[in-house]
Amino acid sequence: MAAKVWHVLRQLPWYSLMLVAVFAIGLPLFWVATGSLKTTREIYTFPPVWLPQHPRWDNFSAAWHAAPFGRFYLNSIIVTLADTAAKLFFALTTAYALVFLNIRGRNLVFLFVLAALFVPVQVTLLPNYLTVGRLGWINTYFGLIVPMMPVAFGTFLFRQHFRTLSREVLDAAVIDGCGHWRLLWDVVLPMSRPVAVTVGLLALVGRWNDFLWPLVVTNTVEMRTLPVGITYLYQVEGVQNWGPIFAGALFVMVPVLLLYIVAQRWIVSGISSGAVKG
Amino acid sequence: MARDVAQPAVASGFHWRAVLTWMQQKLGDWPLFVLFAGPNLVLLALFTYWPLLYNAYLSLTSWDLIAPVKPFVGMANYRELALSAEFHTVLLNTAVFALGTVGGTTILGLALALLLNLRLRGRTLARAILFAPVLLSGAAISVFWINMLDPRYGLVSLPLRWLGLPVPDWLNSPHWAMVAVILVYIWQNTGFSMVLYLAGLQNIPNELYEAARIDGAGAVASFRHVTLPQLGPTTLFVLVVSVINSFQAFDLIKVLTDGGPVNATTTLLFYIYQQGFVAFNAGRAAAASIVLFVLLLGLSLLQLRLGERRVHYGS
Repeated sequence: MAAKVWHVLRQLPWYSLMLVAVFAIGLPLFWVATGSLKTTREIYTFPPVWLPQHPRWDNFSAAWHAAPFGRFYLNSIIVTLADTAAKLFFALTTAYALVFLNIRGRNLVFLFVLAALFVPVQVTLLPNYLTVGRLGWINTYFGLIVPMMPVAFGTFLFRQHFRTLSREVLDAAVIDGCGHWRLLWDVVLPMSRPVAVTVGLLALVGRWNDFLWPLVVTNTVEMRTLPVGITYLYQVEGVQNWGPIFAGALFVMVPVLLLYIVAQRWIVSGISSGAVKG
Repeated sequence: MARDVAQPAVASGFHWRAVLTWMQQKLGDWPLFVLFAGPNLVLLALFTYWPLLYNAYLSLTSWDLIAPVKPFVGMANYRELALSAEFHTVLLNTAVFALGTVGGTTILGLALALLLNLRLRGRTLARAILFAPVLLSGAAISVFWINMLDPRYGLVSLPLRWLGLPVPDWLNSPHWAMVAVILVYIWQNTGFSMVLYLAGLQNIPNELYEAARIDGAGAVASFRHVTLPQLGPTTLFVLVVSVINSFQAFDLIKVLTDGGPVNATTTLLFYIYQQGFVAFNAGRAAAASIVLFVLLLGLSLLQLRLGERRVHYGS
């Protein structure tokens, strides 16, 4: 008994540190969540009111009407899904070709893909804007989606994984008369689900949160995505009306948080294995 | 199955399958390769490699993004950058931002990883909460941090007042704006370093700790002689990845301060954006992009080597 008490006491400092850390990181999230239900008066009170007296759900409808959040959602969903699907598809097919198709010089092609990892998307900003302009794609879904479709990192991940797959299983499939197309979808893909989930989740979160490219390639409110849309809401509401702005910030963040709750393990391991954000 | 029986496809008597077989013999897997890898390779060429070349060309011109001609000016843009006091400020800001954010996220990330590697109840939940901000939109978090940093009613001013310290007008003060942006960045990204460190800690072989224990090492000694040295490769990796990420930070700066006040938070990437899309000075934006590219290329090559090392340590 005494030993047990002693053990708990000894752990106490660690537990308090853990609480402090969770508090420091969690408090701003608590603040935006409760703030979205506060009245303007409560938000301006200092020292702060921690919990709203009467939850003001009107902030959400106010935000929804102050800026076209329906459009923002539609745009974000279209862009995110299209780019994620494209990236997954291209990463799979490219990696498959690099590993399972016999052509000379495929290592050179792989080098071509790999070297693209060293060209950060930020460096391509201005020229891609000009290219998209020449294609007549400024302020269109094509402009938002297509330049972000090429995939180097996902191809790399799939290639590394494909090289570990058992040759026997694949050879057996070939003997069974499987063509490459069917081999890819019916045999190789089911054996590569974890990699597919990693590539998909990285693309999903990255595209959903992307700010810089939608900011430069769109120029009307109707074509903005959610992250650019929230800054638009901030501009129209100014600092006068924080309740709806908090609500709007939640509109952007909640879908990702829900995804995080569902797929936490995958997201964390995917991001740390790749060590890339977005 | 009648797979290998050549069948006349159309009434014209044109033997598709025969043609395919002939192509297969002549070209091998090439047609399929083009079909599978082609689209991605074309997109990479068009939207990743071409921009790099085009940037290099634009950096040698003076262009406002509108005029039909782009006058060639040689190295003038680079010379201007090298001599401009504004660009020196930008480079200094970039360095300060990198130092502050990388230092902060790495030290805190290590501390949190060590803490949450202990067998504590609820550590899984704690890890999940600490990692959550990494996944959130930088634009969205910046918007609510503007509220939190307000000197009149913001949450951040609360502890300062308790301690009787002066409350700065964070985002509007040329001295404090950079500090504020760095703080928000650390808040968002510490979980990322923590996760990398947690992976590093789990890769330390248990035998090393046992050996240390047999040698009579206590908790402190085994931490100093086993944990820290074993985390060396992870630390290098975390540092390089964090520097790369900090060079690519944009959302926070754009929304929190818009690079101000008076350029106080204009980093290299923000400068590129400003020159290209606000000042319409394509040549200068392109030259600055090349500078950013060279910096990141060096760091990425380093990351690749360290990443390999890290993996070797792990397995």
